[in-house]
Amino acid sequence: MTNSIAEIEDAACIFVIGSNTTACHPLIARRIFRAKEKGAKLVVADPRHIQLSRFADIAVTQRLGSDVALLNGMMHIIIKNGWHDTAYIEERTEEFDGFKTAIDNYAPDKVEAITGIAQADLEKMAELYATNSPAALLYAMGITQHTTGVDNVKSCCNLAMLCGNVGVRSGGVNPLRGQNNVQGACDMGGLPNVFPAYQPVAVEANNEKFAKAWGKELPDQIGYTITDMIQAMIDGKLKALFVIGENPKMSDPDQNHLEKALEKLDLLICQDIFLTETAERADVVFAAASVAEKDGTFTNTERRCMKVNKAIDPVGDALSDWEIISKLSTAMGYEMNYEGPEEIFKEITTVTPSYAGMTYERLGLDGLQWPCPNTEHPGTQFLHKDQFTRGKGLFHAIEYLDPAEMPDDEYPYFLTTGRMFAHYHTGTMSRVSPHLDIEQKTGYVEIHPEDADKLAVIDGDTVNLATRRGEIQVPARISNLVKPGLLFVPFHFAENAANILTNSAFDPIAKIPEYKVCAVKIEKAA
Amino acid sequence: MDYKMIPSVCSYCGTGCGVLFQVMDGKLTGTMPMKTHPVNEGKLCIKGWNLHEHVVSDKRLQTPLLKKDGQLQEATWDQAIQTTAGKLKAIIKDHGPDSVGVLASAKITNEENYLAQKFARAVIGTNNVDHCARL
Repeated sequence: MTNSIAEIEDAACIFVIGSNTTACHPLIARRIFRAKEKGAKLVVADPRHIQLSRFADIAVTQRLGSDVALLNGMMHIIIKNGWHDTAYIEERTEEFDGFKTAIDNYAPDKVEAITGIAQADLEKMAELYATNSPAALLYAMGITQHTTGVDNVKSCCNLAMLCGNVGVRSGGVNPLRGQNNVQGACDMGGLPNVFPAYQPVAVEANNEKFAKAWGKELPDQIGYTITDMIQAMIDGKLKALFVIGENPKMSDPDQNHLEKALEKLDLLICQDIFLTETAERADVVFAAASVAEKDGTFTNTERRCMKVNKAIDPVGDALSDWEIISKLSTAMGYEMNYEGPEEIFKEITTVTPSYAGMTYERLGLDGLQWPCPNTEHPGTQFLHKDQFTRGKGLFHAIEYLDPAEMPDDEYPYFLTTGRMFAHYHTGTMSRVSPHLDIEQKTGYVEIHPEDADKLAVIDGDTVNLATRRGEIQVPARISNLVKPGLLFVPFHFAENAANILTNSAFDPIAKIPEYKVCAVKIEKAA
Repeated sequence: MDYKMIPSVCSYCGTGCGVLFQVMDGKLTGTMPMKTHPVNEGKLCIKGWNLHEHVVSDKRLQTPLLKKDGQLQEATWDQAIQTTAGKLKAIIKDHGPDSVGVLASAKITNEENYLAQKFARAVIGTNNVDHCARL
C-alpha cells in the first residue's frame, strides 16, 4: 500500500476494485465502514455482488477481465468534465499527453459494450472518485491475477495520479496483500531478479555489495520465477526444488501440468508445518515450527514490520525455518551459525536500506513502516509525499485487451475463483481448525438462479465443471452473488480443486497466472 | 497455574492484526486481539480469533520425513539434513547450480525469507528463488 490502513477512515471517497474486502481483509473493511460513518463515498467494482456492494453509493458488476476498459472509461469522463487535477499533473507527473490520447478512445458507449456497465453508472463512479478528495483506491487479486495484471495496476495508478491522489494522506493506490508476509518475502529478496530491498542482482555494484557481505561470489543472471521453474522442470533443466511453506500442488494454476513437472524432478524437498498435498510427493519433508513457536518479524500490507514472539515450544522435533535452513546450509559447506532471529535481523538491516533504522527494540508492539532509513526515523506512513520514488509519476497509455480465454460454444460460461471468509489459501491451516472447518466443509460453485433453472440444478446438487485443462465435481450453491453466465469456485478445497480448471496463461511481465478468468462448461452430474 | 499472554501478529492474511497468544501451563489455549494495536484496535475476524487452532492441530508434522522404498518415513534431523545436502551437492555437481530452485514463502518470517534467498544465492549459487506472492 502507498498509504496506511488507519488512513482509510479519513478518505472522502473509497474506490474498491477487485477486492472482496469483508471476506478476505475484514479488519481493513472495518476502516471502510468507519469512513462511511464519517461521510465518505464508497464506489465498488467487482464482477460479483460482494457484501461491500450493499453499502456502496454506487456498485457495478463489470464483465470479468474488463478492468482496463472500466478504468479508462472513468478517466475519459473525468478529463471530459475537467475534474482532473491539472496542477498536480503539471508539477508531479510526465507523459500525460500520450496517455490522454489513448483515453480519448474510451467513450462511455464503447466502455459499456466491453464491460456491461451502464453509462450513467460509469459517470457516477467517475464523479464520486474525482470530486471527493482525498480518494483511496483499494485493490487485491481481482486486479492482478490476469494476463493483463500489470496493465490493470498501471491503470489504477493512472486514475489515482489523474486526480492528484498519490502522495497524500488517505489517498493512494493500495494493494491488499493476501498472505501474511507477501510484503516481507518481496522486501527480503525472495524474487529471482532482486536482492533485499529490490536491489537488482544484475547491477554490478549490488552484486559486489552482497558478495562482500556474504563472503561468496554470487550469480548475476536473473533466475526463474515460479512459473518459469515449472516449465524448466518439464524441460528437464530444473532437477531439484526446495519448497518452503507453500503448497504449489494446490496453488499452481494448472494442477495436471504441475503434476507432470513434479514427476520429472530428481529431488523435491518440502518444509512445512503440515503434510500438504505437495509434501506428500516429496523425497524429504522438514517439520517446521508454526507462528506461535518462534521469534521473528512479519511485514504487513502497509509496510509495517512487526515482531512475532515465541509463545510455546515447537511440537515434537519441529524446528524453526531459520534453524532448518541454517543446518542445511552448514551441511552444504557454508557455515550459518546464527544465535537467533535477532542476529539475522541485524544482518538484514545492514544490507536493506529501507529497514536500516529498525531494531527489535524499536519495533516494540506497534512495529515500524518502511522506509525507515536510520535509527532516529519514525517510519513512513504514506509514500511519494513530495515526489515519486522515480522522480515524476509516469502516465502509461494502456489499451484494453481480452482475457486469454473467453466463453465460446463449447465452454459457454465464465469461471472466476477466490476466497471465502472462513478459509485461507490452500486450506492447509484453516481446514484443520475446528471453528473454521465447521463454517465450510467442502468446495462449491456459485451459480445464478436463472442458470440453475436452465440446467435443472437445485441447491446442493453435484455438477461437473470442465475446462480445457481438466474437470471437477462440486456441489452447486444457487446464489445471487454471481450474474447469469458467471460461475465462482473457491480455491481452498483439494477434493474439488479450482486449479484443475484454471488457465495458466500469465501476464508477460509479472508472470502472474490468470486465475480470475477462464471459460468453463457445466452440467448436472449423472 | 502459570498463565501468560504473548504478543504476536496474526498470520492469516496481509492485514497484520496484533494478537495475544494465551498460554496456560505451557499450552497454547487461545488467541485474543491486542487492544492497543494500530492495525486492528482490539478487533479480530473469525480466522484471527481461531489462530491458535491450527498450531495445536494433531495433524502437525512432528519429525522430519525421508522417502524410503516409495514411502515417507520418520527420520532424525541429522539423517534428513545430511541426506538432503548430499543429494543437492550431487545435483549441483552434475547439472550446475541453476538446476536447483528455491521457493521462499509469503508465510514465514522476514528473517527466514532472508536466509532462504541467501541460501539460494550464496550456498547453491543460483538466482532461481521466488515465492507464492502471485498465487
